[in-house]
Amino acid sequence: MLEIKDLYVNAGEKEILKGINLKINKGEIHVIMGPNGSGKTTTANAILNNPEYQKKQGSIIFEGKDITELKTDEIARKGVFMSFQLPEEIPGVTVANFLKYAKNKITGKPVKVFQFKDELKKYANELKIKEETLERSLNVGFSGGEKKKNEILQMLVLNPKLAILDETDSGLDVDAIKTVSKGIEMFKNDENGVLIITHNTKILHSLKVDYVHILVDGKIVKTGTQELASEIEENGYEKYRKG
Amino acid sequence: MSKTQIEDINRNIYDIKNKDEYDYKIQKGLTKEIIEELSKQKQDPDWMRELRLKALDVYNKLELPTWGPDLSELNMDEIATYVRPKTKMSNNWDDVPDDIKETFDKLGIPEAEKTSLAGVGAQYDSEVVYHSMKEELIKQGVIYTDMETAVHEYPELVKEHFMKCVPVHDHKFVALHGAVWSGGSFVYVPKGVKVDIPLQSYFRLNSPESGQFEHTLIIVDEGASLHFIEGCSAPKYNKVNLHAGCVELYVKENSYLRYSTIENWSKNMLNLNTKKAIVGKNAQVDWVSGSFGSKISMLYPMSILNGEGSKTEFTGISFAGKGQNLDNGFKVVHNAKNTSSVVNAKSISKDGGTCTYRSLVRISENAKNSKSVVSCESLMLDDISKSDTIPVNDIRTDEVEFSHEAKIGKISDKTIFYLMSRGMSEEDAKAMIVRGFAYPISKELPVEYAVEMNNLINLELEGAIG
Repeated sequence: MLEIKDLYVNAGEKEILKGINLKINKGEIHVIMGPNGSGKTTTANAILNNPEYQKKQGSIIFEGKDITELKTDEIARKGVFMSFQLPEEIPGVTVANFLKYAKNKITGKPVKVFQFKDELKKYANELKIKEETLERSLNVGFSGGEKKKNEILQMLVLNPKLAILDETDSGLDVDAIKTVSKGIEMFKNDENGVLIITHNTKILHSLKVDYVHILVDGKIVKTGTQELASEIEENGYEKYRKG
Repeated sequence: MSKTQIEDINRNIYDIKNKDEYDYKIQKGLTKEIIEELSKQKQDPDWMRELRLKALDVYNKLELPTWGPDLSELNMDEIATYVRPKTKMSNNWDDVPDDIKETFDKLGIPEAEKTSLAGVGAQYDSEVVYHSMKEELIKQGVIYTDMETAVHEYPELVKEHFMKCVPVHDHKFVALHGAVWSGGSFVYVPKGVKVDIPLQSYFRLNSPESGQFEHTLIIVDEGASLHFIEGCSAPKYNKVNLHAGCVELYVKENSYLRYSTIENWSKNMLNLNTKKAIVGKNAQVDWVSGSFGSKISMLYPMSILNGEGSKTEFTGISFAGKGQNLDNGFKVVHNAKNTSSVVNAKSISKDGGTCTYRSLVRISENAKNSKSVVSCESLMLDDISKSDTIPVNDIRTDEVEFSHEAKIGKISDKTIFYLMSRGMSEEDAKAMIVRGFAYPISKELPVEYAVEMNNLINLELEGAIG
């Protein structure tokens, strides 16, 4: 589904990613772990071609098509979603209206209003998001936890083929992490994929994943299964840092 | 994908020009003879002819304002101040000539009258061509008619109030207005009558190199209430057109008036309009204003809170694109105890447009225990646009609560990226941010106007076509 080949990415003058290779097949959940500054968020932003980052080398293939240089909205319409570490606030646009508009743009079809509302309420209930929150301005005055749950709500409503979750678990209490995990489980099926980016292992206690990649200094230094995450939890990244 | 920049947006319906047909167009310029002729054409009573001539005198003595946008391109010798359309005032749309009717049809005026208004007035160039109001309001004694009819049919009421709230010596363009005014609406709501559904007047300037100088006079008597809406538009010509209207509002004891405006003049228009309200004891006037068109706008509605416990709220938005300089704002004078004012002003500038918020808050010595809360926020869509805030606060007593908050912002790349990651193009993303920014204003408008405002925002933001 997604293949990243030998990707080098800069943020301004600074070289962040130094040759990333990653392959995600449909039906899989992948995790990228790594210490702060290792390039995790850059990887997510590079997949969605955030113009703040410059690709120097390599390519990104999604469902057989080269999306390396596509615009962010074109990539989103192909079915790639990203949950933001710090979601933006949009005053004057309600969560419900925002999602209705986004759904229309992603699918290219008119949204059936009543069906959409029912679906939105159903997902909001599952994620313990109050119905009145759906009529509030997007992310304005939301707590950290509310913002993260709202990102998961967006993922469920927009139903992408690949969901990239950038630090969605960070800063959340145990209950909120469980809710987020539940959201991911609801989303997950044999036809889609998930890429979780995190610096800690908490979310992996309530979620079964297929692959864990360790990212250090812009390179994936080790790939393993769920046990690798346990090892990191015990020993930290020290072993994988350059001497 | 290559992008083609277009210089000017297609304002579609607003830009439909009708042939410049008229029954009578006065010669260009401004002389005593021209004013005499205009007065004769309009069959003014003597007092009105004298008022016009006195105003002309004041106009000739006053200087152009020394502040604000540059008005030097305005040459009154090039402007015809009176253009009478080829029709008589009617209360039946069927009597309105086809080309004029078609214009108002496209602007949705007759449709709005059927669905959501209690009365409608429509002015084409210098004269009102249509005026009508629901029967039940007529029975309740509500008067809603064109200004000329009011001058002849309600002489005492008009004479007592006409240019008393806004005197001719207020500034140069008020003096000009006094000399050449034509058209506009007159409304009188008797004591205790609540008009629940809005009245609306629509002003359309079709004739090139001309001016529109309509006079709106509204009296809301004790304990009465009214919502009045004015809409304005014009097709674009290469030479400047001038709009110098005047709005006088008398809001008597315990009454309520909401005055809403959607202004979408063409971008060759100089909009030098004057609006003022005198507010009585425990009465309230609310202004809602959307300013989109015009090349230059200088517009500062004013509330004079003369009665104890009187209130005013101003909610306004300006949107300046390429070549536009919108110098808008609000003035309030607190002249009695326990008065309050709330201002919520927003502006959006793009493609080098300039928005200035200019305001005056005066709280006089006898306005103890009064309150004024001012908030203004500007949004700039690029690095070449300008935004400025010029508040004057003149507070002469300590026993007041006053706050002024100003914010100037830009759309961040991060926000655009966030929205694009949800499948929206860059233009869609910007339009969504701007609609959200404008929402606190658009929600104050009647729903069809909120829709029109969103359409205007979308039109304005269609700067690039794929």
